[in-house]
Order: sequence, then C-alpha cells, then structure tokens
Amino acid sequence: MKEEIELIKDGKRLDGRGFDELRPIKIEVGVLKRADGSCYLELGDNKVIAAVYGPREMHPRHAQDAKMAVVKFRYNMAPFSTDDRKRPGPDRRSVEISKVCREAFDPVIMRELYPKAGIEVYVELLQSDAGTRTAGINAASIALADAGIPMKDLVSSIAVGKINGEVVLDLNAVEDNNGEADMPIAMIARTNTITALQMDGRLTKEEFGRGLKLAMGACHQIYELQRAALVTRYNQNYESKKEEK
Amino acid sequence: MGLEIVNDVRTDYVCNLVRNGKREDGRGFREYRDISVECDVIKRAEGSARVKIGDTDVLVGVKVEPGTPFPDTPDKGVIITNAELVPLASPEFESGPPNENSIQLARVVDRGIRGSEAIDLDKLCIEEGEKVWMVFIDIHVLDDNGNLTDAAALGAIASLLNLRIPNERYGLTGENTLPMRDTPVAATMVEIEGNILVDPSFDEGNAAASSVTVISNADGTLSGMQKSGSGGLKEAQIAEMVEIGIEKAGEIRKKYL
Repeated sequence: MKEEIELIKDGKRLDGRGFDELRPIKIEVGVLKRADGSCYLELGDNKVIAAVYGPREMHPRHAQDAKMAVVKFRYNMAPFSTDDRKRPGPDRRSVEISKVCREAFDPVIMRELYPKAGIEVYVELLQSDAGTRTAGINAASIALADAGIPMKDLVSSIAVGKINGEVVLDLNAVEDNNGEADMPIAMIARTNTITALQMDGRLTKEEFGRGLKLAMGACHQIYELQRAALVTRYNQNYESKKEEK
Repeated sequence: MGLEIVNDVRTDYVCNLVRNGKREDGRGFREYRDISVECDVIKRAEGSARVKIGDTDVLVGVKVEPGTPFPDTPDKGVIITNAELVPLASPEFESGPPNENSIQLARVVDRGIRGSEAIDLDKLCIEEGEKVWMVFIDIHVLDDNGNLTDAAALGAIASLLNLRIPNERYGLTGENTLPMRDTPVAATMVEIEGNILVDPSFDEGNAAASSVTVISNADGTLSGMQKSGSGGLKEAQIAEMVEIGIEKAGEIRKKYL
C-alpha cells in the first residue's frame, strides 16, 4: 500500500485550491501560421499546443473512407515535458490516449461532409502536470474550430480524482501521483453528452457518481472559456479588417 | 469494401432487432453468453486460463520471472500486460506491431488489476533494488466473436489466482502462491438505439456507437472504466451501466472465480 501523503490541509489542497476548483486556464487561438487551425492552452502547469490540418487529401490512400473524412489524432509528449526525459515517439500510453481523444470528437465533427478526406489533429505536450489529455482535448477543440472544421459543438474535458479520501476536481501531478483514483472525461457541454470516459484507481459507486457530476459542472466552465477565446480571436480579426478598410 | 457492406447490413439487422427488444442470438439485454473458464491449460506458463464467452475464445498466459525493479519502486514487483490480436483470430486482424485496439485491450485489463491492487506488489520483492518478481500477463486472442475485454480480464484474474511462483527454478525459497487481495472483474456494455446491452456479440460491438467497460471489485467498488467508440452517452446511461456492470461482475465472480 502507498503511504499516505498529506494532500489536503484545513480543507484546502496543497496549491490552495478548494475541492471543486479548476487550475487557472489560459487560452490563445491561432498561434501557428502554417496550420489551418491552432491553439495554445495552459491548464495549471500543463502547456499544450494543438494544430489542425485539413480537410485535405488523406494519405495513405487505402486509409481513405469513401463515405466520410477520416480523423487522425496524435497526442505526443515532448521529451522535455516530464521530470524524467520521455523517450521520443509514440508509446503504448500515447497510442491509447490518441484513440480516446479522437473518439471524443467523433460525435461532433461532421465527417460526412468530406468523403475521402483526412482531418489531422496534432497535440503536443510541451510541459506536463497531470490532466494532459484533458488539456489536449480542450486545445484540440478550439484548434478544430479555428481551422473552420464543421462541428456540431465544442468538446470540453476535465479530470476528477480522489486524494486523501476526497473527490476533487482537476488533479495536478503531485495529487495524481499520490492519489487513489483519476477519471478524465470529455463532454459536449450544451447537451451534457459524455464523449470520453476513463477511470483509473479505486472509487465507490457513490464517489463515481459525485465525481462525474463535479467533472460535468467543470466542463461547462471550460466551455465558456473556450467560447470566449474563440470570440475574442474573431473579434480581433474583424476589428483589424475594419481598420484596413 | 466487401466486408464494409456486409458490416453495414449486419448493423442494420442488429439495430432492427434491438428496436424490437431482441438480440440476434435470442439473449435478453442483460444476459451474458455462456462463459467457461479453464485454468492451468499451459504447462510452461506459471498461470494460465482459457476463457470462452460464447464463441469468443481468449487464452491468457502468465509468466513469472525475476528481474530488476523500476528505479522509483525498488521494493515492488512489476506487472506487464500485453495483448496480441493474432491474425488467426479474425479476418480483420493483421500481423505486425500492436495497434491501438490491442494496446487498449491490454491497458484496460491492466488498469483493472492495478486499480484494485489485486496483486500485493510489496510481496513480490526478492531483494530490494536488485531483484523482484516480474509478472507478465499475455493475452492471446484466439477467436474474436465480440467482447474480448471481458474474456481477457477474466482470463487474467483467473490465471493470477491459480499462479505458482517458480521459486525452485531460480534457487529461491518463499511462498509459491501469488498474494492476491482482490478479484477485479470486467463487464462491458454497449448502447444501441438507447438500450444497454451487456456482453456485446461481434455484430453488436460493430453496431454500437459506444461501449463502456466497468471493472469492479469483490466489495462493489470500481477499479477501472473505459468508454470506447465514437458515440456520446448521457450521465444517466453511464450511471445505469455502472449499476449493471457491478451486478454482472458479481455474478461472474461468484460463478467462475
């Protein structure tokens, strides 16, 4: 058994957050020039950049789908993003996360509009501090919108977990490493539809239910931030166009 | 292309049946196919089990060897789970490096065992920092007729429960049984046309937009979950799946472990 490390003091977490509090989120839209859409996002100490290419011709051709676009999603950690250097290239963890993230977007991307095409989403973790896949999904969602990919809605994502016996929102690395459970989810906020769900660790049924509610609530907050970031970006575009005239 | 059309037709067929409250093999929505678990089927493996769920056939072999611990856990044994979707098991499997499906299968099984802390890793230490027991769980799929996850997870825990540690072979003394503390069991469900079906057959697995695996322990706590597939689910549906998953896992545990 893991020895218990004190992660909660006087009802607060070590970084001063309450149980239901998100880490600070910073979003910048359209940060890359070559990509069709991009987003830089910070979730606490996570720093992630997402780029979207497409819809464009799908390679290899045998991977094309005659009925709809194929979405490729690559989640990748930079070798310097972790305490111990991460060996470059895909490993089993990143392959699984890429799959889960891609599926999180399946219900929203209108793939049927682009038969035979490929839509590529690249997520690079530059600095990691637990919850990387949720940060990646949040950034990818905005990058897809920035690329003008037709979507039914944005996808928002966050993890809940259990530390020192308490269900808390958005674990940081210290909490994740010493916690009892971690459960990342992704959701279409407007319709409360869950598009990704994983759980790792040990939870009772009651804790699971409470955690899911907590995460869903936080996804609504994140959705508002994502939306605001996109609106800000496109207002800027509009303003600068007006000035040119 | 040919296979794709067949799959579309099968999907329509399965969805139509479900709309009328039926399944292709006549089961109820909350009913598993027949399960069989046969332990110690491979003489050379320290633990093994062959699990059949209907026509789905999965062989799990566990090898136990001494090895070097990870630097951050010098006094703990190591579990490594791997799955191979060998081409003999399905016309859709190809040889080559593991793809995302086999990786997900192995990682979900691994997650259940790790999350429940079923194996007391402290007791697998031979010499701190130098030598620990490495437990290699290898999932070999023989016939894919749907719901590989539950078969693989059941095979893994059954193998572990019947495992012998090969102390003598390495000139060591000590307990020959693996210190097990829990029995995580996976129950996989799919959502089709708003209905929840347990133990999806191959066609049901293809027809469903999403599937959820719920892994639970002897005391009814959860030790792992995974949603897979391109559909979305509502909170109430997931809550119901958790409920059903725990119940089904309890039944399987009682009968087969």
